[in-house]
Amino acid sequence: MSLQNWQEHKRPFAAIAGAPILWLALFFIVPMAIVWAYSFGENSGAADIVISGTLHNYKRAIEALYLSIFFKSLAVAALVTLICLIVGFPVAMAITFASDKWRPWLLLGVMLPFWTNLLIRTYALMTVLGGNGYANKALGALWGSASWLRTLVGLQPLEVWTPVQLLYNNFAVVLGLVYVHLPFMVLPLYSALDRLDRSLIEASLDLGAGHLRTLSRIVMPLAAPGIFAGIMITLIPALGAYLTPDLMGGTDSQMIANVIERQFKRANDWPFGAALSFMLIYAMFALVALQSLRGRRKPAQVH
Amino acid sequence: MALLSRRPVAPLEYTRKAWMRLWIAGVMVFLYAPLLVLMVFSFNDSKRNVVWRGFTLKYYEKALNNDGLIEALVNSLTIAALATVFSVVLGAMAGLMLWRFRFPFKGAVEGALSLPIIVPEICMGVAMLIFFAKVQWPVGLPWPLNLSAITIAHITFCFPFVALVVRSRMASFNREQEEAAKDLGASEWATFRDILLPHMKPGLIAGALLAFTLSLDDFVITFFTSGPDTVTFPVKVYSMVRFSVTPEVNAASTILILLTIALTAVALKLQGVKAIADAH
Repeated sequence: MSLQNWQEHKRPFAAIAGAPILWLALFFIVPMAIVWAYSFGENSGAADIVISGTLHNYKRAIEALYLSIFFKSLAVAALVTLICLIVGFPVAMAITFASDKWRPWLLLGVMLPFWTNLLIRTYALMTVLGGNGYANKALGALWGSASWLRTLVGLQPLEVWTPVQLLYNNFAVVLGLVYVHLPFMVLPLYSALDRLDRSLIEASLDLGAGHLRTLSRIVMPLAAPGIFAGIMITLIPALGAYLTPDLMGGTDSQMIANVIERQFKRANDWPFGAALSFMLIYAMFALVALQSLRGRRKPAQVH
Repeated sequence: MALLSRRPVAPLEYTRKAWMRLWIAGVMVFLYAPLLVLMVFSFNDSKRNVVWRGFTLKYYEKALNNDGLIEALVNSLTIAALATVFSVVLGAMAGLMLWRFRFPFKGAVEGALSLPIIVPEICMGVAMLIFFAKVQWPVGLPWPLNLSAITIAHITFCFPFVALVVRSRMASFNREQEEAAKDLGASEWATFRDILLPHMKPGLIAGALLAFTLSLDDFVITFFTSGPDTVTFPVKVYSMVRFSVTPEVNAASTILILLTIALTAVALKLQGVKAIADAH
């Protein structure tokens, strides 16, 4: 299909292009540009910010304290993405190869949480993980039965179960982020796996490769674009996550978004917050560039 | 059913393998158990979410009589409705523009349109906070004008999603239909109304649903743009969770979960499960 040249259709082009471009420029590009300018500014007086072109904010942003929070956020996001991939891949496989009757319902099962309010989901998980919540009860029951099994074989029973702290620590942040982002991972994986030519998998199995070998040699390479899309779609929001570390984390589980928020709402150091924001945005750009680099290399490999 | 059938399991019938079923069951329990616990305990006659002490509706009564909470819910729904309408119009225009025309700096425009999707919410929230402070956006206007800043922010991050959906929908459009209409004397507008728009409709519906949910769901960007008199539902629930956990939150959350399920059911009725799945 050939695209129309805008010069030959000036009126329809102007009719549809004007509003969205103007909106985007006014309410997105301009605000972003202001943040960018602020990141080179400094506070003067109570409410004034002078854009002096200083690099002081960026120098502060790469101090060990903030850099370590930044790398910690990256590590947490990477771990979350890895867990989502490991947990989500079999689910995506199952949806792909489910019968026509079951597939839509399994998909719906994954998508319904995706549509449910993020805050409500986080809160729901918090009630389950709390000191007297069901997660602790279940662990206690497991502990109890393990203890009972020990007495059965003549060993000393285990000590009495004490509830463990499942909330307000780094574990809770990782679990919460996995809980929130799992549907993000499953959907692109599914759409990539769904496009696979099944006869290739069947051929591999017929020729004597096992399921694991078929998975690693046939399915994963062919579904690589979907896997990468899934990784990006999970990694990027996880890196910028604010709500989960704020509500479920402890004092040491701050992520970069929480530090940014503090500059605006409590510390009132807008220029520094702006610099941190742009550090985060640059990190995103790097990740996206990495992905598109991969995408560009791909067609060259085919021939 | 499949459990009872004696037919041997074919190699690709992964869903009929026991370990696979266990895995899926585990994931579904992980995804749904917390929500179910929350919903069940919203009817519990106790202040804590632990022991069942009998059925009660008193927290629903409390939640429904909590003026702040109801106001927040009305605000959220108003913002979501407005943001959806504007996003669908702007998103459809942007999607059509990218699908149809070749123009200078197209790559840059495309990239800029995908930015609100990629840029972390926190950065966009910060940008909106600074922007509305800098232009001295009027505050303290009468309802619903006081919601204008939040609504503008929501439209900005919703409409690029609609543009994506509309553009991918238009990829399946047969251009010859349009040419035929024009050959038969239809004007540009009539062609758009009678040929393009009907083809675009499923994309518009999917985009509208997406925009509505995104807007209703948003916490971070709203948190930065909302003031004391413009509290939305997620912001209200956040402060309730943060400062005083009450069973009212369970009741209010249950209402919103049921609303989500109802919306999903409407979407299913309109489009069928498969079309919804394809839209994502």
